[in-house]
Amino acid sequence: MKHTLSVLVENKPGVLARVAGLFSRRGFNIDSLAVGRTEDPLLSRMTIVVDAEEHSLEQVIKQLHKLINVIKISDLDPHASVGRELLLMKVQANAKNRPEIVAIADIFRAKIVDVSRSSLTLEITGTADKVAAIEDLLKPYGISELARTGKIALARGVKEK
Amino acid sequence: MKITGAEALLRSLENEGVDIVFGIPGGVLLPIYEALYGHPKINHILMRHEQSAAHAADGYARATGKVGVCIATSGPGATNLVTGIANAYMDSVPIVAITGQVSTPVLGTDAFQEADITGITLPIVKHSYLVKDSKDLPRIVKEAFHIASTGRPGPVLIDIPKDVATGEIDFKYPEQLNLPGYKPTVKGHAKQIKAAAKMIAESKKPIIYCGGGVISADASGELVKLAEAAQIPVTTTLMGIGIIDGDNPLNLGMLGMHGTWYANHAITASDLIIALGVRFDDRVTGKLAEFAPNAKIIHADIDPAEIGKNVPARVPIVGSAKGVIKGLIDEVEKLAIKGSVKHKAWLKQIAEWRRDHPLRYGKSDKILRPQFVVEKISELTAKDDTIITTGVGQNQMWAAQFYKTKRARTFISSGGLGTMGFGLPSALGAQFGKPDSKVFTIDGDGSFQMVSQDLATAVMNKLPLNIAILNNGFLGMVRQWQELFHGYKYSSSCMMQDYTCPPACSSPESECPRYRPDFVKLAEAYGAKGIRVTSPKDVAPAIKSALADPAVVLIDFIVNREEKVFPMVAPGAPITDMLESETE
Repeated sequence: MKHTLSVLVENKPGVLARVAGLFSRRGFNIDSLAVGRTEDPLLSRMTIVVDAEEHSLEQVIKQLHKLINVIKISDLDPHASVGRELLLMKVQANAKNRPEIVAIADIFRAKIVDVSRSSLTLEITGTADKVAAIEDLLKPYGISELARTGKIALARGVKEK
Repeated sequence: MKITGAEALLRSLENEGVDIVFGIPGGVLLPIYEALYGHPKINHILMRHEQSAAHAADGYARATGKVGVCIATSGPGATNLVTGIANAYMDSVPIVAITGQVSTPVLGTDAFQEADITGITLPIVKHSYLVKDSKDLPRIVKEAFHIASTGRPGPVLIDIPKDVATGEIDFKYPEQLNLPGYKPTVKGHAKQIKAAAKMIAESKKPIIYCGGGVISADASGELVKLAEAAQIPVTTTLMGIGIIDGDNPLNLGMLGMHGTWYANHAITASDLIIALGVRFDDRVTGKLAEFAPNAKIIHADIDPAEIGKNVPARVPIVGSAKGVIKGLIDEVEKLAIKGSVKHKAWLKQIAEWRRDHPLRYGKSDKILRPQFVVEKISELTAKDDTIITTGVGQNQMWAAQFYKTKRARTFISSGGLGTMGFGLPSALGAQFGKPDSKVFTIDGDGSFQMVSQDLATAVMNKLPLNIAILNNGFLGMVRQWQELFHGYKYSSSCMMQDYTCPPACSSPESECPRYRPDFVKLAEAYGAKGIRVTSPKDVAPAIKSALADPAVVLIDFIVNREEKVFPMVAPGAPITDMLESETE
């Protein structure tokens, strides 16, 4: 089952390597990992999506806690958190099908951020489902390049203490 | 007044109470060694290999309970430490490893003797630092010692570029630590301890299974008190040898692959396992699905990640063994468990098992058997403060089985990593830490040769070390497995094999080539004394003469070549499936 871990870490060199290394050597697969500074410049937040059973998830959380630079770990409840992913997608387009692609983009509230004679580049944010749906719809036109940030997420409501 | 980073490092070490470091200098370390030159408080021991430096720091830490320190230069010096650091990590030993690094302007350029040692050691350290600014050194040293020695202990590495050692700073040793992500739980939860005591009170067949965590916490006194108060038999891991006196009737000895028959059967038949400072390692549990099927488990450990990792615990307790055991003693007293009455049938059953299935070997006055040598060493050094260190392999298992260790921190062995060669350098460290103790190394001929060059360090420092080599001319444990599980195909396990031997040979005979090196001559080459023993009757006199000699004495015991370690559980089998002797 997929879990989203929100991991608060000290913003220091080498922390990403420690976290990523721990996942690989203990045999846990990372679906996605996104990291960036928080409201406090001394802290970074890593959002890590892992596919793990309950027992191994508990192990991964305990092992993460042992890293000196890791301050807090939350296993986000999907119903009590918001998660988003940003995608940039270059779709092959010509004069004939361009309007169709723009129409699909509109429905998904995707932004067109670059146009050329043979392509359109779209910026899409959303949940995993939404992002998967638009990717599926645009696939027939030919997706020539794609980049995604991986999921970032926060718990809903007031900040936990 | 400004001082250099190198001087600040030494001042910081002094602040941490360090008076001895094990190391070897090198290019980027020169500023630090200049500061060490004639240092009044810190004694630097020049080793002959960096691996030995790490093991010596490890042996020092295990014998004294203090943090051991080793130093190595950048590149090859640092990579030579790696095995020693991994060894300390696997056995949770507090060491601080200091490495030199190339100067910050050339970091990452593949400079001469550059190796990314913080990267290389990432999976085998509790924590590590690459120091970028001289002014951070005091804080980092303070954090490193705190992290290494608290919680579940372990190695911490500090990598110091040359220009960080030469940079000048105003020295002030910090008083406070600021480690927001590091708060080990030391005190066990009172409610959990109560629940555990209740289970002990209700149990009919309890057993204490304890290990390294009890020794780290210096809680062996408490453990014995608990065991005796509630009359609960005790089995220890290899790392736990010494927690309870080898002669205590409640001590069932080691359990697991080469454990005693009665320890393995007792834990399998038990209805309650009180697991303290242990991690249910595969060498202990054997086939996990058939491990102690009827037992409820109380599992106390300072590392929450160990609890529930391999077996589910009915009562998990996160905390230091000392506090947890003290709490258990109090609760047990409150519940007034009349253990001696309650567990009478259980203890009787175990005593019968012990009587019917003792540790044994073929006694002989002609054949020199390694177990006999260990028994003699045990008899002749039966003083509280004798420290045994071991190599890895058969020698280690015979030492674990037949040496009667009296107390904690006097049996020093490489458990988790199984590092051959650990015996001699760890003995050096132990002897420096405990100058008044007798230190005796029990090693194998294969294991000893892995790190034998530090005989020089022992001799040059006039350490009264005794070294017993159980010389069977084999990588004996490898040969034992080849014999049992690989159809006697002694592939590269014979140390006597030379260019004249047939490519496939599984029948060592009298025409075998002569053993090289000659360990007696090797000892003499280093200025140590060497004694060769080939007959059982010469064993005791040789040990006595070694013990009486103030010099380094190496005894080369030419033991029965194809002796095996028994009992033995085949890998992956349940631990009650034991081969007890050659004939089964």
